[in-house]
Amino acid sequence: MTPLALATRPAVRSWLPDYGVYLAIALLILYNVAFTPYFLEWSNLRIQLVQVAPIVIVALGMALVIGTEGIDLSVGSVMALAAALIPLYLGYGVAAAIVVSLLAGVVVGLVNGVLVARVGLQPIVATLAVFVGGRGLAVVISDGQLKEIRNPGLINLGSGDLLGVPVLVWITAVLAGVVAFVLRRTVFGRRLLAVGGNRRATELAGVPVARVLITVYVACAVLASIAGLLSVARIQSSDASAVGLLIELSAITAVVVGGTPLTGGRVRILGTVAGALLMQLVTATMIKHDLGPSTAEMAQAVIILVAVYVARERKTR
Amino acid sequence: MTLLEVAGVSKSFPGVRALDDVSFTLRPGEVHALVGENGAGKSTLIKVLTGVYRPDSGELRYRGEPVSFAAPMDAQRAGISTIYQEVNLVPLMSVAQNLFLGREPRNRLGLVDRGRMEREARDILADYGVTTDVRRRLGALPLGAQQMVALARAVMIDAQVVIMDEPTSSLEPREVQTLFGVIRRLHARGIGIVYVSHRMDELYEICDAVTILRDGRLVHTGELAGLERIELVSMMLGREMSPARRQGFTAFAGDHDADDTAPPILAVTGLTSRNRLHDVSFDVRPGEVVGLGGLLGAGRSETIKAIGGAYPIDGGTIRVDGEDLGRPSTVRAVAAGIAVQPEDRKAEGIVAGLSVRDNIALAVLPRMSRLGIVSEARIDAIVQRYMTRLRIKASSPGQLVGDLSGGNQQKVLLARLLATDPKILLLDEPTRGIDVGAKAEVQSLIDELAGEGLGVVLVSSDAEELVEGADRVVVLRDGAVVGHLTGDRVTTEDLMAGIAAAAAPSEDPA
Amino acid sequence: MTPALLTPPATGAGPRGGDRTDRIVGVVQRQGALAVLVAVVAVALAVFPDFRSLDNTGTILVAAAPPMLIALGMTFVILTGGIDLSVGSLYVLGGVLAAWASRHGAVAAVLVPLVVCGGIGLLNGVLIARTRMAPFIVTLAALLGARGLMRALSDEGSTTYLVESDTFGRLGTGSLLGVGYQVWLAVGLVLIGMLVLARTGFGQSVYAIGGSEDASALMGVSVRRTKVLVYVLSGLLAGLAGAVNAAKLGSGVTVLGAGMELDAIAAVVIGGTLLTGGAGSIAGTVAGVLLLGVIQNMINQVGDLNSNWQQVISGSFLAVVVVAQTVLNRLRRVQ
Repeated sequence: MTPLALATRPAVRSWLPDYGVYLAIALLILYNVAFTPYFLEWSNLRIQLVQVAPIVIVALGMALVIGTEGIDLSVGSVMALAAALIPLYLGYGVAAAIVVSLLAGVVVGLVNGVLVARVGLQPIVATLAVFVGGRGLAVVISDGQLKEIRNPGLINLGSGDLLGVPVLVWITAVLAGVVAFVLRRTVFGRRLLAVGGNRRATELAGVPVARVLITVYVACAVLASIAGLLSVARIQSSDASAVGLLIELSAITAVVVGGTPLTGGRVRILGTVAGALLMQLVTATMIKHDLGPSTAEMAQAVIILVAVYVARERKTR
Repeated sequence: MTLLEVAGVSKSFPGVRALDDVSFTLRPGEVHALVGENGAGKSTLIKVLTGVYRPDSGELRYRGEPVSFAAPMDAQRAGISTIYQEVNLVPLMSVAQNLFLGREPRNRLGLVDRGRMEREARDILADYGVTTDVRRRLGALPLGAQQMVALARAVMIDAQVVIMDEPTSSLEPREVQTLFGVIRRLHARGIGIVYVSHRMDELYEICDAVTILRDGRLVHTGELAGLERIELVSMMLGREMSPARRQGFTAFAGDHDADDTAPPILAVTGLTSRNRLHDVSFDVRPGEVVGLGGLLGAGRSETIKAIGGAYPIDGGTIRVDGEDLGRPSTVRAVAAGIAVQPEDRKAEGIVAGLSVRDNIALAVLPRMSRLGIVSEARIDAIVQRYMTRLRIKASSPGQLVGDLSGGNQQKVLLARLLATDPKILLLDEPTRGIDVGAKAEVQSLIDELAGEGLGVVLVSSDAEELVEGADRVVVLRDGAVVGHLTGDRVTTEDLMAGIAAAAAPSEDPA
Repeated sequence: MTPALLTPPATGAGPRGGDRTDRIVGVVQRQGALAVLVAVVAVALAVFPDFRSLDNTGTILVAAAPPMLIALGMTFVILTGGIDLSVGSLYVLGGVLAAWASRHGAVAAVLVPLVVCGGIGLLNGVLIARTRMAPFIVTLAALLGARGLMRALSDEGSTTYLVESDTFGRLGTGSLLGVGYQVWLAVGLVLIGMLVLARTGFGQSVYAIGGSEDASALMGVSVRRTKVLVYVLSGLLAGLAGAVNAAKLGSGVTVLGAGMELDAIAAVVIGGTLLTGGAGSIAGTVAGVLLLGVIQNMINQVGDLNSNWQQVISGSFLAVVVVAQTVLNRLRRVQ
C-alpha cells in the first residue's frame, strides 16, 4: 500500500471502525426505548449488565493480547479451570479458593506467553493446546459434576449489590478502569503498544519484548480466571463443561467491534466495553422481539464478519 | 537485434522519483550487469521489467514488440524469469515438486506421474551440477543448490531473459563457480541475463555489459571490459574522478578533536558471523566519528547490528569503555550505552502507529516512571527538549510518527536514541530518504554529538558524506575489513580505491 | 585477504551432518504418530483383555469414522496454513439436516447436508481467499452462524428429527463383510483424499500454498481457487460426517459435536501435519484419529475414569507435538 492511497482514503473508512460501535449502541437504545416495553426498567438493564460482565472482563484481556498482534483462544478453558478449582478449595475459605483459581490463570498465561515469546510459536498455535485440553482438564478436576456453591461470601460477589448496583458490575468497571490505566499510564502499557506496533523496532530500542509478551498473556489468563470465578459466583454453581463456552468468540468480537485492529499496536478499552455491550444489546433486542437465540447467533456472526472486514488492513502505514 | 528494452522509463512513488527517464537494452546471449547503491532504482527497474510495476511513462519492448505485463505471471509466460535474492521456492516441498510445480508430467489417468517427474528432474538438475536425491525437501539443500533449482525452473519454462537479483549473496565460492558455469551455458544458448550484484570480482568475471544507476537516473551504460573498476565505483557512488574537494558538499565541519591517546569507548575485536562477517575489528574513541565504508552487502549494516545485539554472531568481543558486553542482546547493548539507528527506518526504527512523544520516550520509559507508572511531566520535558534541539516539525507531540515526513521521522528516531544518553551512536545511513534541509541538520547534529564526546560509527553510501563526516574510515568488503583510511587519506579517491581493489591482499593497511 | 578465506572452513562439514538431522526429523515427523499408535495398541492389548475382541475393534473403527471424515477435510485446510473452526457446528448441522431431510428419501438426506455445509464452506473460503481476513475469525463466525442455523431448524433445540428413511438409516447401521458402511465410506474417502493430495495439481497447490504463499503465487499457483476449494472440501466432509452420524443414531442430535473441531485439529497435528502448513500427510492424520480413538476406548474400558481425560490427553499431545516440531525445525535450520 502506498502512502498516497492512505492519505486519500475516504474518511468514513477510518471513522467507522473507531466510532461505529457507539453509533450502533445509540441506535439500538433508541429503537428499544421506542419499541421494547420495559426496556428502561432498572431490572432489565441490571440483567443485561450482569450477563455481559464476564464477557467484558475476558475481552479486556483479549484486547491487551490483540494489541500485541496476538490472540488467545484459551480464555474459555481458563474460565472453566478457574470454575472447577473453586469448589475444591472453598473449604479453606473464599480467599484461598480465589487465589487458587487465579493461580491457575497465571500458570496457563505463563505457558501461553513462553510459547509465544520464547519458543516463537504463532499465538493461535500456542494457545490452541490449552483451548483443546484445558476444558477437559477442568471437567476431570470437577469429576464431570455440576457443583452447587453455598458460600455466602462468594454468592454475594455474584449477586450482591453495592449502592444499588450489582457487585459484579462494580468489579467489571473497576477492572476496565485498571486495564485502561495500565495501558495509558504505565511503562508496561506503553511497551505493549510499541511491541504490537513494531516488534522489531521495539526490540532494537532495548525493550525486553519477551517479558512484555509473557506478562500480556498472563494478564489475559488472569482476567479470564476472574471472569470464571465471577460466573461461578453468579450462577451459584460450578459447571466446568459449560462455563465460558465460546467466550473466546464473544471476547474477540467485542474487541474487534470496539475498534481495536487485529493487527496490533492500538487498543481501545472503552470501545471494547462498548463492543461487548453492543453484542449483548443485539441479543437482548432480538429475544425481546421473539426472535430466538438462533437468530441472535446468526446476527452476531454477520456483525463479527462486518467488523473484521471493515477494520482489516487498518494497521497504519 | 535487442531482446528486451526499456526506453525512457519513469516511475514515481509518493515523495520519490524512483526511476527518471531510464533506458536499458539487453541483447540475446548478453550478461548484463545492473549496478547501483540502495535506492538507485535497480529494484524498481527489475519490477518494471517483470510486470510487478507499470511505468508512469516510457516503453517496454520485448523482442522488438511493445509489451505491457499486467502481472509477474504474464512476464513469466512470455519468457522473462526472475531469480530473487531470497530463493522463491517452497522449501517444504521436494526438489522435483518445486521444479515442476504447476507443470507436473501426467500419466494416462491425468494423475501426476511421480516416477517421470523425478527422472526428468534428476536429468535436468544434473546439467546444473545438482546431483542430490530429488525427493528431498528443497529446504534441506545448501543455498547454492536451491539457487540452481530456481534457475533450472526459470530456464525450463522457455525463458529468453533471466533476471538474477544478487544470486551469489549467500553462496560459497565453489557454488559461485557452478553458477557461473551455468550462466556461460545460458549465454551460449542466446539467453539474455540481467545480473545484479555488488561484487566487483564477479561482475568482471561474468558480465559483458554494464548499466549503472544512481538516484533513479541512468549514469552509464556500455561494455564492461573497457571500464576501470575505480571508474565503476565512482559512478555508483556519485563522484566524478576530478579531485574531490575535502569540504563543501555536506554540512559537516572539519575534524573532531578526538583525543588520540584516550582509551577507546568502543572496541570491537574479531566479530564473526557465518558467511557474513569475518573477523571484523576496530576501535572508536570518545569524540570520534568512525566511518564504515564499502558497497552494499559488504557487511556494514551487519556489523552495526551485531554491535547493537540485533544480529547473531559466532565469535568476537564487544567492549564498551573497556567492559566486555558478553553475549550481545539488544537490551544489554542499550543498557551499556549503545544506540543503534537501523538502516530500514520503517521496519526497524520508528513505530509508525504511535505518537512522536511515545516514540521518543520508548527506550527510556523506566527512567521516566516511578513504580511502573510513567510521569507525563518528565516525558513532556524530555520530548520537548529533543523536539526543540532536533527541530522536529510535528503538529504536536501527539501526532502519529507515520504521518511525518521522512526527515522528521529520522529525527524522532535520533531523539529516541539520544534520550537514552548513549556513549556510542551507531548510525546506518542516517540521511537516506530525507530532504536536503533535514540532511544538513542531521549532519551537523552528528558533528555536535561527537563534539560532546560521543563515539560515533557512521555508515553511508554517499561517499562524500562518509569522507567528510568521518575522522577515520574502516573499509569493508565481503564482510571483512580490507583497509583503514586515516588522516589525509580520508578522501573519496582513497575510499573508492579501497573498495574497488581486486580481492587481493590490501596494500593499504594504514 | 584471499577469496578462500572468505568462507569459514568449518562449513564443509555442515551439509552432511545437517542431512542426517534432516532425515531423522523427517521420519519422526511422518511416522511419530504411527509409532505412538502402535505402542498404545500394544499397551492396550496387554492391559485390557477385551481390547483385542473383534467387537471392540469394530466399535473403535465405527466411532472413528465421523472424526476421520472431519479430520480429512481439516488436513487439507491446515496444509494450506489455514484452520477451520466451523466443522464441529457443521457436523451437528449436517446431522440435523440429514434427519430432517430424510422424510424425502435417502438421496435428500445425503444431499441436503452436503449442499448446505458445502455452501457454508464456500462462504468461508471466499471470505478468506478474497478479503484476506484471518481464517480463524471467519470460521469462528461460521461456527456461530451454523449453530444458529441448526437451532433455528430445530426450534431452538427443542425438536429432534428422527431419521425416516430406512435406506438412509442403513448407511449408519448396515455393514459389509462385517465392517460398517461408514467405515468403508471413510476408508474410501481417505484413499481418494491421499490420491488427490499426492497425485493431482490441486494437491500440489495445497502443499505449495502452505509452504510459501508468495512463492506459490510467483510460481503460477492459483492461490485463491485452492484456498476456496479446501474450505469447501472441509465443509462437505463435516456435513457428510454429520449425516453419517445421524444415520447411525437414527436422529439428528442437536447437542453432540461441540468441540469436534478441536478433536480434528488435534488429530491432524498429532499426525505430523505442521499447523503452519506446507507439510504433513493424510496417513498421519489417520494415525492421529485412530490414536485418539484407541485412547478414548481405553478410557472407556477403565470405567470409572472420566471420559474428559480424552481432551486433556489431546491437548497435551498437541502441545508436545507443536513444540517438538518447532524445536526440530530450528535444529534443521541451524544444521
